[in-house]
Amino acid sequence: MLANTTASVTEVPRTASTGGSTTPSGHPPRSMFAGRARPGEAVIKLALRLAAAVAMLTTIGIVIALLVPAIGFFREVPVFDFLFGDRWAPRFADASFGVIPLVTATLWTTAIALVVAVPLGLGAAILLSEYARPGLRKVLKPILELLAGVPTVVYGLFALQFIQATVFREWLRLDTGAFSVLAAGLVMGIMIIPTVASISEDAMSAVPMALRQGSFALGANRMQTSLRVVFPAALSGIMAAIVLGISRAVGETMIVAIAAGNQARIVSGPLEQGQTMTGFIANAALGDSRVGSLEYDTLYAVGLLLFAITLIVNFISIRLVRRFRQAY
Amino acid sequence: MATAHDDAPMHLQAARNGSVADHVARPIMRVENVDVYYGDFRAVTDVNLAFGLNEITALIGPSGCGKSTLLRSLNRMNDLIEGARVEGEILFHGENIYGKGVDPIEVRRRIGMVFQKPNPFPKSIYDNIAYGPRVTGMKVESMDDLVEESLTRAALWDEVKDKLKQSAIGLSGGQQQRLCIARAISVRPDVILMDEPCASLDPIATMRIEDLMQELRKQYTIVIVTHNMQQAARVADRTAFFTAQVSEGSGARTGVLVEYGTTTQIFEDPTDQRTEDYISGRFG
Repeated sequence: MLANTTASVTEVPRTASTGGSTTPSGHPPRSMFAGRARPGEAVIKLALRLAAAVAMLTTIGIVIALLVPAIGFFREVPVFDFLFGDRWAPRFADASFGVIPLVTATLWTTAIALVVAVPLGLGAAILLSEYARPGLRKVLKPILELLAGVPTVVYGLFALQFIQATVFREWLRLDTGAFSVLAAGLVMGIMIIPTVASISEDAMSAVPMALRQGSFALGANRMQTSLRVVFPAALSGIMAAIVLGISRAVGETMIVAIAAGNQARIVSGPLEQGQTMTGFIANAALGDSRVGSLEYDTLYAVGLLLFAITLIVNFISIRLVRRFRQAY
Repeated sequence: MATAHDDAPMHLQAARNGSVADHVARPIMRVENVDVYYGDFRAVTDVNLAFGLNEITALIGPSGCGKSTLLRSLNRMNDLIEGARVEGEILFHGENIYGKGVDPIEVRRRIGMVFQKPNPFPKSIYDNIAYGPRVTGMKVESMDDLVEESLTRAALWDEVKDKLKQSAIGLSGGQQQRLCIARAISVRPDVILMDEPCASLDPIATMRIEDLMQELRKQYTIVIVTHNMQQAARVADRTAFFTAQVSEGSGARTGVLVEYGTTTQIFEDPTDQRTEDYISGRFG
């Protein structure tokens, strides 16, 4: 790299101005723009490339690691039966691999989590970015970030013991068992609030002050300015926040493994228990299935489906953002 | 609403001391003994001014003399800055806009503002104009008509009438600034404050805005802050010259009003040495 640069500088034919003349010592004259050699720059460049390559290779590696066993699985089980079958019983003698029950549980927990996290997260973002004075902000932001630092296993126990057992069953006397997708979803929503709030707040804070001033100067109040000017201008960042929230909800494992339930049945109401895709993987990966067996491969098929769902959500959101965002 | 009136009576030029404010023929706004603070810092002190109905008043002076600060306190935009505070009275149609029970939102609707850098919303041209009437809950018979009227008054209609649904961000700088003027007049204010509205524009766009100001003056009262003395001389009926006074003890800079009079008087026959020095380019 470095050698190349220096070589090309000295080899440039200089016919135009200097007429190809050489210096008395016989060397071609150095260009007046020739810089000092900077070997450090090449090292930094290489290090950066390596860092980028690691991230990329890991992603490719994950896809391959998922694909190979999943292909093995789909040799045994038709894709259609997997995607649209409504009975999930991979360990029974009369095995069945319809993934719909797992998907319904994931949909329920994700939807409930979003119903909690999106309004509260965006509300917190608007409060922090548009309303809070610097003093309040200094207090609120760390508290919010603390929420993100709580281990998910703690959230899981909180959902199982407090929300489900104490609040739902003891206090509210709801008709529900030991587990429910509602308890898991609610707590997962709380867990995602900081993600949604923090990224949307960054996006809203980045909206130029001049736009807010323009709005206030027309007689708009703070709420109107926040919702009609700042919000649409920050929409791409806000969508990114929500998508990340969805991805986290779909992929969250510990809370649902502890509190949502572990029987793979189609979930038709929020107070029912249900095993999510991640819940199944966590459960089945505990170690009692033989490597290479069909049961083992189902893990990868479900993992691949999770991966695909996240990818589709990302793709749709990029489309939505392009369509609705107001670029400033 | 009053229409164009004759140029300011000549006798006003005779008034040369601090009481010039009393000689403005039909004042719509009066600034009385105003100090503006940012926390403990006094940015402007002891300003007395009056803005005449359907006149253009220019505030000029070197950087840091507090003219923009004063302008922003005229429609309570300073409220948005933490720690900003106004002492004294700013009367609009005789009522103190900093008085008890005054809604700053209503003040800003009646006293509009155009900023130094064009700041159209990242929305369509149409929505930029319709925004103000919508958020203030203005009773509008036909929004289309109001949009057309505002854009026409801002001399922008012919250029944008076929692309009202396109984003305002695609307009040129000069067009964006005229859009911001159209947006400001859409809520039917009485006064338009302009904070160096041509600072980021080329000479041709500047000329168009200046022509537009002469047109707008027939219906609105305009107060403009400008760094460009030629611009003040070209457009303003009256000019107020500010400068920064450095306190001997603390070294703090505070803006003061040096002289206020008709533009002709300020530029041709200033009474204060500091005004003369500034006008003739000896400092600032």
